[in-house]
Amino acid sequence: MSFPWANQYKPTHPLMVYLDEKLPLPRFVYNAIGGGYPVPRNLNYAWNFGVLAGFCLVLQIVTGVILAMHYAANAGVAFDSVEHIMRDVNWGWMLRYAHANGASAFFVVVYIHIFRGFFYSSYKAPREMIWLLGVVIFLLMMATAFMGYVLPWGQMSFWGAKVITGLFSAIPLVGEPLQQWLLGGFAPDNAALNRFFSLHFLLPFVIAGVIILHIWALHIPGSSNPTGVEIKSESDTVPFHPYYTAKDGFGLGVFLLIYCTVLFFFPNALGHPDNYIPANSMSTPAHIVPEWYFWPFYAILRAFTADFFFIPAKLMGVLAMFSAILVWFFLPWLDTSPVRSGHYRPLFRKFWYLLVIDTLILGYCGGSPAETKYVLISQIAAAYYFLHFLVILPIVSSIEKPLPLPFSITEAVLGTDAATA
Amino acid sequence: MVRIFGPLIGLFFAAALVWSFGIGVAQQLREPDPSTAVKDFHLDPKEDVHWSFEGPFGTYNTRQLQRGFQVYKQVCNNCHSLKQIAFRNLSQLGYKPAEIKAIAKDWATKAKTFDPKTGDAGERPNTPADHIPPVYYAGTGNPPDLSLITKARHGGAHYVYSLLTGYTDQPAALLKKYPDSKTPDGLYYNPYFANLNIAMPPPLADNAVTYADGTPATLNQEAKDVAAFLTWTAEPEMEKRKQTGWPVLGFLLAATALAYLSKRTIWADKH
Repeated sequence: MSFPWANQYKPTHPLMVYLDEKLPLPRFVYNAIGGGYPVPRNLNYAWNFGVLAGFCLVLQIVTGVILAMHYAANAGVAFDSVEHIMRDVNWGWMLRYAHANGASAFFVVVYIHIFRGFFYSSYKAPREMIWLLGVVIFLLMMATAFMGYVLPWGQMSFWGAKVITGLFSAIPLVGEPLQQWLLGGFAPDNAALNRFFSLHFLLPFVIAGVIILHIWALHIPGSSNPTGVEIKSESDTVPFHPYYTAKDGFGLGVFLLIYCTVLFFFPNALGHPDNYIPANSMSTPAHIVPEWYFWPFYAILRAFTADFFFIPAKLMGVLAMFSAILVWFFLPWLDTSPVRSGHYRPLFRKFWYLLVIDTLILGYCGGSPAETKYVLISQIAAAYYFLHFLVILPIVSSIEKPLPLPFSITEAVLGTDAATA
Repeated sequence: MVRIFGPLIGLFFAAALVWSFGIGVAQQLREPDPSTAVKDFHLDPKEDVHWSFEGPFGTYNTRQLQRGFQVYKQVCNNCHSLKQIAFRNLSQLGYKPAEIKAIAKDWATKAKTFDPKTGDAGERPNTPADHIPPVYYAGTGNPPDLSLITKARHGGAHYVYSLLTGYTDQPAALLKKYPDSKTPDGLYYNPYFANLNIAMPPPLADNAVTYADGTPATLNQEAKDVAAFLTWTAEPEMEKRKQTGWPVLGFLLAATALAYLSKRTIWADKH
């Protein structure tokens, strides 16, 4: 759907007229991210992160494809082939650091994108499908990042692969055979490394496909906005180009400044030193920790230390870890408040801040050694996490008295809207 | 459906977590986690050394790297490999091509050869294109390859320096509190090592090497030099990385400023 006042694509150059008749690709682009897409005029900088996430995917694909030209997915030489990239390939160190830190940047951007969605209830009708596809993208990203981290075949690669595939062994009856089938052996080895490489190359393109669906679904109702009030008239919108291309351009500049500072001056700050030790199945690292972006979920996994009735603790941990993300799928139906934006929901807003703090605490515990104090803290934090989504959110949305909404986006921006008169 | 089962599932997970929490707390009250010698006596790397390569403008000091290379060659290389480094890489330390040729040729461990016609294994002198030959070690412990050691340990060069200078007698307080944690025979007490007891005997001492450039070879000096050298072996691209970073950031700063101005101009009538 588009709004009746949307600009129409009018090619003037004969070549563009010809192209528009045969293959209207320029028209498609114009209507998707050009002057033909009307967008709410009041989007704040929290709305920059979708474009930034798309940029990160392209960055990862470009650097990744070039790295794959020099990398060898063989357990005997994988570690040394990464060092070959770092030392002997022209600008190889830059490519590899760009890719490794690019994964972190991608997750930073996507986490902000997701928590923006939480705050502004971007998951609510009519945008449920965008949200559901977004969660699918996040799950695919996690799988891709996990398999990518295995490829350098350092100690954390190896033991991370062992722990994560070990999760499947918690499934009753079929767990052990399933884990062996996934790994192609009893422990991670050449077979696992090869298939992880193959899938790590494949999945980003699957992500790109789901992103196309995500954006397609977005263009049906159009973008949400910080007031949560739907678009009423032309004065509520501006064309995507030049308004949001300019704003996204500035956002991209700020993002690149931060990203390049890390890339060129702190390239290993986000990694773990143990991954510069070659994989060794005979020596277990003192603390096996995943990359930082998995820490909150890792904390939830480790928080289940006691069997619950007849369910083993390990199975509970695995179920909870996957449920921690699956619960996002049900958000559109758990939050029943008719008001979207957190700006007009005073009680909801307080719990949103609590969720942010809670997730940061979970992340901190997940990155810490499995000592009793961190486990105890993460148990409370994980309990709050589930209660927040499944119990608190439905209650808050039914008892809360939202603040009065502005009549329109225009009124929210300008103070008055001619249409109200 | 979601509104009925959702809260039930939420309460189920929360109950399981509270159950785990309760058992954990009860266990702590009954018998708290025992303290260990490692928890009490392990030290984080000393941070008091200043390195020329620290900071966003830091560069390597090639004279220091050459001294560190000498320490590696004469001491560390008895047990530790350095397989990521080729002799040709030594040009970054300021050695001339002829010097590198000589270093490679005179290297004690020769390059291995194999004659596919006869099946005979043989040896030949190293060339600048060869990597430093691996060291085979049969004694106690597993001396790690040192190429990436400063990246593979928390603290990097600080860790290497602290470990090399950190050998000491086991503190009496430790033995009193943990009589079972006495350093076993054949191992050496070092509070900077992960489990406090390291198989490597103190490798450096005053005058363990005689520096070609006349620098007094104290233990501290040797440890500093070899830690700097091993930082270079782990990150030979570091100087180029920082030198590339500054123009990149400069360009981005200008581009972002322009992007901000154009954004402001375009939006001028919409606020």
